[in-house]
Amino acid sequence: MARTTELTDLAERESLRSRLKIPLMLAPAVGIVVLLFGGGILVGLGQSLGYFPAIGLNEFTFEYYGSVLTDSNFLRSLWLTFRIAATATVLSSVLAVGFALVLRQKFAGSRLATFLFQIPLPVPHLVAASGIILLVTQSGLTARLAYALGIIDVPGDFPAMVFDEAGIAIILTFLWKEVPFVGLVVLAVLQSVGPQYEEQARTLGANGRQRFFNVLLPLIMPGIMSTSIIIFAFTFANYEIPLLLGTRFPSTLPVVAYRLYQDPDLALRPEAMAISIVLAIVALLLLIAYRRLARYAVR
Amino acid sequence: MTVDTKEPAGPAAESQEYVDVTERPTVTAKWVRRLAVASIAVAVGLPMLSLVVWSFAFRWNFPNLLPSEWGTQAWAYVADDSSRVVEGLWNSTKVAVLVTLLAIIVGLPASRALGQHEFKGKSAVEWVLMMPIIVPALVATMGIHQIFIRLRLTETLFGVALVHLIPAIPYFVLVMASVFANYGTALEETARTLGANKFRVFRYVTFPAISSGLLVASMFTFLISWGQYVTTLLIGGGTFVTLPLVLFPFLSGANHATAAAISLVFVAPAIIVLVFTSRQLGRESSVMGGFGRI
Repeated sequence: MARTTELTDLAERESLRSRLKIPLMLAPAVGIVVLLFGGGILVGLGQSLGYFPAIGLNEFTFEYYGSVLTDSNFLRSLWLTFRIAATATVLSSVLAVGFALVLRQKFAGSRLATFLFQIPLPVPHLVAASGIILLVTQSGLTARLAYALGIIDVPGDFPAMVFDEAGIAIILTFLWKEVPFVGLVVLAVLQSVGPQYEEQARTLGANGRQRFFNVLLPLIMPGIMSTSIIIFAFTFANYEIPLLLGTRFPSTLPVVAYRLYQDPDLALRPEAMAISIVLAIVALLLLIAYRRLARYAVR
Repeated sequence: MTVDTKEPAGPAAESQEYVDVTERPTVTAKWVRRLAVASIAVAVGLPMLSLVVWSFAFRWNFPNLLPSEWGTQAWAYVADDSSRVVEGLWNSTKVAVLVTLLAIIVGLPASRALGQHEFKGKSAVEWVLMMPIIVPALVATMGIHQIFIRLRLTETLFGVALVHLIPAIPYFVLVMASVFANYGTALEETARTLGANKFRVFRYVTFPAISSGLLVASMFTFLISWGQYVTTLLIGGGTFVTLPLVLFPFLSGANHATAAAISLVFVAPAIIVLVFTSRQLGRESSVMGGFGRI
């Protein structure tokens, strides 16, 4: 009798262990993310809603959101931020697919080409910006080449790509970094899918364009969707690249928010927080909408 | 997303390994390929080469295509204590190593749970872990900054490492969960049936199978921390300087030579990492596929 209870105990303990196993495996990572990320957002959210005891604010209010959302400068910055992120995301996805389709072939020098293609992936964004600056300013290497070829006479003739409202140097820096990222993910997906679907399609008489649009693209689409979400979120929220290469006015939203946050006048903080929260919400909504849309399109 | 037909979509899509004898790359396909390879070489090579040449330039005015006077003054400045480059290099290394170790410790069990097990609430956990990648972390960093001031964690190595963990953990888990998923549990179960204990299963079965993926994930985690700018600026408060913080002021200044030299110091570990992981990132491997599974 005693033995049976012992066994049931043991079995119960074993099942408890197996039930706790997965939560325990997840707890450290989820805990850190929830505490740090979630905690940080809660503090920010609180301040944006007027809870900031340090400067004597503790009345709940939407005032800061109201003043942010009706500010035409805010909307201008939001549009600039969106335009840069969307352009960088679309262009890097399209270019990356093109390069991946070339690099998956085996040809003389293909290994070296793949290695070169990988170089930007681990390079820090600031170094990428550093290299782009040397190339595209009005006295940069491209402008000098244009002078040597007789296309321009003075640096001022060369189009302004840095500190311009179009944000060309910003977009170029993002492209330099993200095209290889998407391209390598697409290459990995192509690798794991293997050639059999394409071969089948070819056997059935599909031409190159049909094989690309009807066979390859649907296969790599989930990968492109994921990477474009990562890239959009990253470029939408990036601070240092637009700060370095963009106009001072209008600035992208992260730059505006950070500038307000660092202002010695603490009364500006709730507004900085409201801007960052709106930035986060807009990013989240856009990405959810995009995910829905892309899923629908793939089906 | 539609892809313009100007892309090398059609004929170039044929890869030789897939091509049977009846279909060889057309002439256009070859030219598209050459154009693509040349643009990779120029786009990647020119900025990198410019940095190297600039770092040895003493005088290099418009419209000269090469410096009119060469010099090593930028490198002398980098080596000098007053530039804080060496201090930044040392701090960057310490933080990045700490972040990588912490990410491995907390991330490995989580990625295994997500990669190999099905359980209730799995997609919720995935959402939570991916949040720092999807939602701009600026507001979180600002909030954390104020919490850390109270906890006296600002201007400390540990505080900076903790904020770097926020983007590091999601990326580490994303890559490692896919590594665990690819490798499955069948081999481990076989080893256990054959009488191997937990430690031996890990040492001789699990670890060898995931080691190359773990190498890539760790190196990328290291580089995520290595490249952080605004989080370090805020939490480090300007007193704890890492390399990007030393570099930044030079990038907006007129001293291109010094900016180039510091950039090269900053990029060196990245290139070393790439040499070690190039094969795992290339077309023969699926490690990068993890990023395609958000």
